[in-house]
Amino acid sequence: MPQIAQLAATYSSQIFWLLIFFGFTFFAVGRGMVPKVMDTVAQRDKQIADDLLAAERARKQADEEEDAWRQRENANRAQAQALIAEARSKAAAATEERLAAAQVLIDSKLAEAENRIAEARNSAAAEIEDVAADATRDIVSRVAGLSLDDSAVRSAVKENLVHG
Amino acid sequence: MAAEGKVDPMHQFTIQPLFGSDGWNIAGYNVAFTNSSLWMAIAAVLLLVFVAGGAKRQLVPGRWQMAVETFTGFVDGMLAANVGPNGKKYVPYIFSLFMFILFANFLGLLPIGVLGLHPFTFTSHFTATGVLSILSFSIVIIVGFAKHKLHFFSLFVPHGTPALMIPAIFVVELISFLVRPFSLGLRLFVAMMAGHVLLEVLSSFVISSGNANLGLFAIAGLPSFILMIGICALELLVAGIQAYVFALLTCVYLNDAENLH
Repeated sequence: MPQIAQLAATYSSQIFWLLIFFGFTFFAVGRGMVPKVMDTVAQRDKQIADDLLAAERARKQADEEEDAWRQRENANRAQAQALIAEARSKAAAATEERLAAAQVLIDSKLAEAENRIAEARNSAAAEIEDVAADATRDIVSRVAGLSLDDSAVRSAVKENLVHG
Repeated sequence: MAAEGKVDPMHQFTIQPLFGSDGWNIAGYNVAFTNSSLWMAIAAVLLLVFVAGGAKRQLVPGRWQMAVETFTGFVDGMLAANVGPNGKKYVPYIFSLFMFILFANFLGLLPIGVLGLHPFTFTSHFTATGVLSILSFSIVIIVGFAKHKLHFFSLFVPHGTPALMIPAIFVVELISFLVRPFSLGLRLFVAMMAGHVLLEVLSSFVISSGNANLGLFAIAGLPSFILMIGICALELLVAGIQAYVFALLTCVYLNDAENLH
């Protein structure tokens, strides 16, 4: 086993050169380069984290803006609905008013017409009375030869006309 | 290796000085630049190239940068899970440790033997793994005492220990704590050596039976060869797992030092 057989002859050389080359590795690679590599990794991680944070912030802002837009939109829609309702009620009120006015007009026309009809009936009744009284007086004068008083004839006719 | 096809499975662990550096020494200690040192250097340089290729600092990473960031993220996650937020400062050390062992293990498995080169796995030497484990253990002890002063000894007395048991438990916990650097270093060394020996032994079966005759090759050589393919895959897995285990256990020990119990 050369490790033991050559121990006395080679141990100092082994220790010496190992310390030289491991020392070189430690100072040149371990102390010299590894921190730089680790630093690069840390920088990259930090940048990725920052970018993610920025993206998250942008997303939140977009959400907020969308929310605000939605609220504005809802308010606008409610306002429009209110306007429509108002217009509709105003139109309904106007229609009702016009209808009422027309009704009043119709009612007055109806009443006028009824008055006219009553008047016409009255005047017609009076004319019939006159005609009946005249006819009665003529009949009486011709049949009985009597000359009757006009008012007496008229009252008699009226009584007959009323009582049939 | 003898000409008649005898394979010495331990030969691959032999350390040989290169470039005539046999005589190099510092204060009497031999510091020859060996094949082991060469593969340490290759691992270090390849790791440097790998990480440098990924340190382009692009916001949108390419494949290479992605691969390097996966490894740093893996080590970072391991420390975060085992030590917590205090573990961040150990990322350079654990990353170097994990990647250095990982590269060493994988480089030792490279099939460059077919090109006549000899890959050497320095993590199959406890002189190498021992240095790494003692390094980790020293950091644990230094951090523990620097952070908690003598209160660090409370690590050896778990919560809810009856007063009567404290001396015994303290000794047991202290021993288990002191064994850590050995188990840490030996685990990696044994796992890497065992796999390489197994592959070498199986390959010696293939070669010897092939040299003997066709019948022997069919009943011994061929099954060994098929087994080798499976064990190669297993070894790739072990190479990754052992590097992970070494780094993970260091994290667990660092957690003791950082947060006590």
